[in-house]
Amino acid sequence: MLKKRVIPCLDVKDGRVVKGVQFVDLVDAGDPVQSALAYDAAGADELCFLDITASHEDRGILMDVVQRTAEACFMPLTVGGGVRTVEDIRNLLLAGADKVSIMTAAVKDRNFVKEAATKFGSQCIVVAIDAKRVTAEGEAPRWEIFTHGGRKETGINALDYAREVTALGAGELLLTSMDRDGTKSGYDIELTRVISDSVSVPVIASGGVGTLQHMVEGIRDGHASAVLAASIFHFGEFSIREAKQALAQAGLSVRMD
Amino acid sequence: MKTVIIDYGSGNLHSAQKAFEQAARLESITAEILVTSDPEAVRKADRVVLPGVGAFADCRRGLDAVPGMIEAMTEAVFQNARPFLGICVGMQLLAERGLEYETSRGLGWIAGDTVRIEPRDPALKIPHMGWNTLSRKRAHHLLEGIPESLHAYFVHSYHLKTTNPSDIVATTDYGGELTALVARDTIAGTQFHPEKSQKLGLALIANFLRWAP
Repeated sequence: MLKKRVIPCLDVKDGRVVKGVQFVDLVDAGDPVQSALAYDAAGADELCFLDITASHEDRGILMDVVQRTAEACFMPLTVGGGVRTVEDIRNLLLAGADKVSIMTAAVKDRNFVKEAATKFGSQCIVVAIDAKRVTAEGEAPRWEIFTHGGRKETGINALDYAREVTALGAGELLLTSMDRDGTKSGYDIELTRVISDSVSVPVIASGGVGTLQHMVEGIRDGHASAVLAASIFHFGEFSIREAKQALAQAGLSVRMD
Repeated sequence: MKTVIIDYGSGNLHSAQKAFEQAARLESITAEILVTSDPEAVRKADRVVLPGVGAFADCRRGLDAVPGMIEAMTEAVFQNARPFLGICVGMQLLAERGLEYETSRGLGWIAGDTVRIEPRDPALKIPHMGWNTLSRKRAHHLLEGIPESLHAYFVHSYHLKTTNPSDIVATTDYGGELTALVARDTIAGTQFHPEKSQKLGLALIANFLRWAP
């Protein structure tokens, strides 16, 4: 049986982990490669790097990080952040990423998703969706796409967008609730479920995890195929194993290799 | 002992190479792992690995675009009886035909077609993406010593439906049986990615490096 996945996400800036991983005695908690190795050993199902380097010119550092990670970690690696062109995707895949996550470029030009999926296969194209609730009082729940860390609204309906990019060839959706991100109050379950139930590809729930129960809810109630979290793992509040035990106790099947 | 990983413009060969090197190191196997697009190196190799990421037809075109490569692979396997491992689309290419987007010819080394996954439960997501266990249909050197409880990493929307059930070594369950590992004579192929499958993957790669069919 296919297992539900637990995915830690590391923010990388200028080749360094922002808010270093503190759950193990790393010699250098700011080194993404060492953090990746620690998560590999801890039983993470996949790893996600989000590059938040401001300048596009400094991409070389990220490539080096991805390459060194892929050389040492024999688990799937998704890399996102600032992916704008087919060439960006090619470079990341060649450096050792297994999947590439695209966001703003897909919002600007949907055809980019199709182009990327046709060239590299749907299996490696993840479309990241940052969604915010825009429901007016008395209305049925509705979410819209936001870019630039939730600052810039696009007016695009999140559900329509999810269906559209899936039809264009996205192999997976990384769905982040901008209302919940950083709040530790749990995923936006309604959003996660509405999107998961409407697309044929796996959905990764993201944004808002504060407890292990939130992860259970993301999968059990939100129907997500995978749950992504950052700070609760990095700061050692919970281990990957504890997260998986919580999922298992809720009757969800996880990998304990 | 020289193992070649064929470079035909599909996928990340660097991390595959590192996984093979790591597997050899962990098991103290002396092995030289070479990524190459040179048919001559493939012809002379002791072991041949064909990776593959993307769509079937694209990979087939990529392989055809390297002059003499298919001939070299065929010679290594059928004349020199070298162990061969296809990974993911590299395994699917072993089929007679691929039916992804368009119908294209496979290598025809394993009888059958590469067809779209059609799970019994329509709510199951495609691609089949993530960690799944293997159900063994028969013993094979590649799975020797690997506990049945370990998981393999899959990411695919198509799988190789073999004509001869005896070619199937292991399947995985996803709304029905999907082909996970095929083998016949010196040829083997995994639908999952051993280079991304942590413990199971490294153990399987080590088994391949020691396989003497």
